[in-house]
Amino acid sequence: MEAIKQFFSGLSWEQEFVIFTTLKVCIVLFGAVLPIVAYAVLVERKVSAWIQDRVGPNRATPFFVKYLPVVGPILVRLGIFHPLADGLKSFLKEDFTPAHVRKVYFWIAPAIAVVPAMLALAVIPFGSKLGDQKMVIADLNVGILFTFGIISLGVYGLVLAGYASNSKFSFLGGIRSSAQMISYEIAMGMSVIPIFMLVGDLNLSKVIAYQADGAWLVFKQPIAFVIFLVAAFAETNRLPFDLPEAETELVGGYHTEYSSMKFALFFIGEYTAMIAASAMMVVLFFGGWTLPFAGLNESATTFAMGLAHIGIFVSKMLFLMVVFIWVRWMLPRFRYDQLMDLGWRRFVPLALVNIVLTAVVLWALHPK
Amino acid sequence: MENVLFYIFAALTLLFAFLCVANPFSRNPVTSAMFLVLTMISMAGLFVLLQAFFLAAVQILVYAGAVMVLFLFVIMLLDIKEEERRRFSRFSIALGGVSVIGLGFILFKTIRESKAGEGLKLVAVKGSDTAALGKALFTQYLLPFEIVSVLLLVAMVGVILLSKKDLK
Repeated sequence: MEAIKQFFSGLSWEQEFVIFTTLKVCIVLFGAVLPIVAYAVLVERKVSAWIQDRVGPNRATPFFVKYLPVVGPILVRLGIFHPLADGLKSFLKEDFTPAHVRKVYFWIAPAIAVVPAMLALAVIPFGSKLGDQKMVIADLNVGILFTFGIISLGVYGLVLAGYASNSKFSFLGGIRSSAQMISYEIAMGMSVIPIFMLVGDLNLSKVIAYQADGAWLVFKQPIAFVIFLVAAFAETNRLPFDLPEAETELVGGYHTEYSSMKFALFFIGEYTAMIAASAMMVVLFFGGWTLPFAGLNESATTFAMGLAHIGIFVSKMLFLMVVFIWVRWMLPRFRYDQLMDLGWRRFVPLALVNIVLTAVVLWALHPK
Repeated sequence: MENVLFYIFAALTLLFAFLCVANPFSRNPVTSAMFLVLTMISMAGLFVLLQAFFLAAVQILVYAGAVMVLFLFVIMLLDIKEEERRRFSRFSIALGGVSVIGLGFILFKTIRESKAGEGLKLVAVKGSDTAALGKALFTQYLLPFEIVSVLLLVAMVGVILLSKKDLK
């Protein structure tokens, strides 16, 4: 332990920054995001099964289960081993490239679908402090704009996949996704402006600090939250807004022609975007890693407190992800014109009214 | 470190911009549009090196994330095939010439006004401060700001007028 401390105190600021940032990226990505993605798929299948009065996945039984006396069968029945089987399957399936596709775009589109969602997580403060390290990968002073910018790049993966596949179904999916994501990005961007009028800063850590001092912003800005939530469904292409991949009309939409791991990458991209959207909502509206009792509003001083803060953040995020999954199996898909109408003629004006309203209230409270 | 990054991003910007307008391998308009996206992103990198984080984020959000998606949308919707080599009209050459001269003049004047070894003096706005940028836009540069807004409004009204099927 002493040797480790010696080693770290001997480092320059830049060396320390590089080491800890790499560590954080690796832990967040491989320790949190990818496992959550894998098990979110399982939760999705189980929740859909319960809602539709089925049993759901309960068959995957690896060889070592027979050595676990009581726990083993329960785990099998819960489907705990299904994500492993799914992952293995997508790796082992034939990676088929149809003859008529545009090869270069066909290969890079899945990668472009995954990367932005993961990058968006970089600015999200997922805890207060562990030791001396702030629990955020990049504490930018324009955090929110960065997230919106990166998320807006996510649409390229879908559009290019649709274009590269060179088939009508994929193409329609790509076209739909570009129009849909652009439309809802505007509503989403305008819905968070009142928050920054209240907070007075674009840095996400400051947003959390503001909420720790007063009430959570979901109570102060309910309209903004509703707009943001609905827009998040559209941005992540989840039901009721999953028109880019509407199975009943477009076979599989933009990923009709994809198979094997390339197909799985689109899935990982979608679920990572869901994680990013949930994490953003936790930070913007639900107080981030804080809880308004037991002194959990303060930045952590001990190691245990730091871990507790990360736990609080992750539980809030998982709760919102379950909401995403729940809504998917409760609501039918919108028609395309209904989607556009809702975005442009309802949410954009509503968001504008909310901005003006917030400005008036702020002006009345703090006249200068 | 910053110098190395500057050269990398500057080289990438120029390379992507070149590939956008004169790609020797493909004359596919979608490829050109994608290289324009990459140009925008590497320019955002240059803004970050200038400590202008706000501009960098807006560059990606507005240009790479929104404007170029619409470009792609239109290209794909109209199903534009290979861009053919076409003659330029006299009008477009004149227009292009005027813009090149105008931009060149601004560039030349800026470089002349900066002193060697000092870099450009920051004009009224301290790079990363979003509030300062907002103040500058709404006080010192109010008139240009409003003129640009009206220009956008005119463009918007024009588009709506053109896209209406039957004019009355």
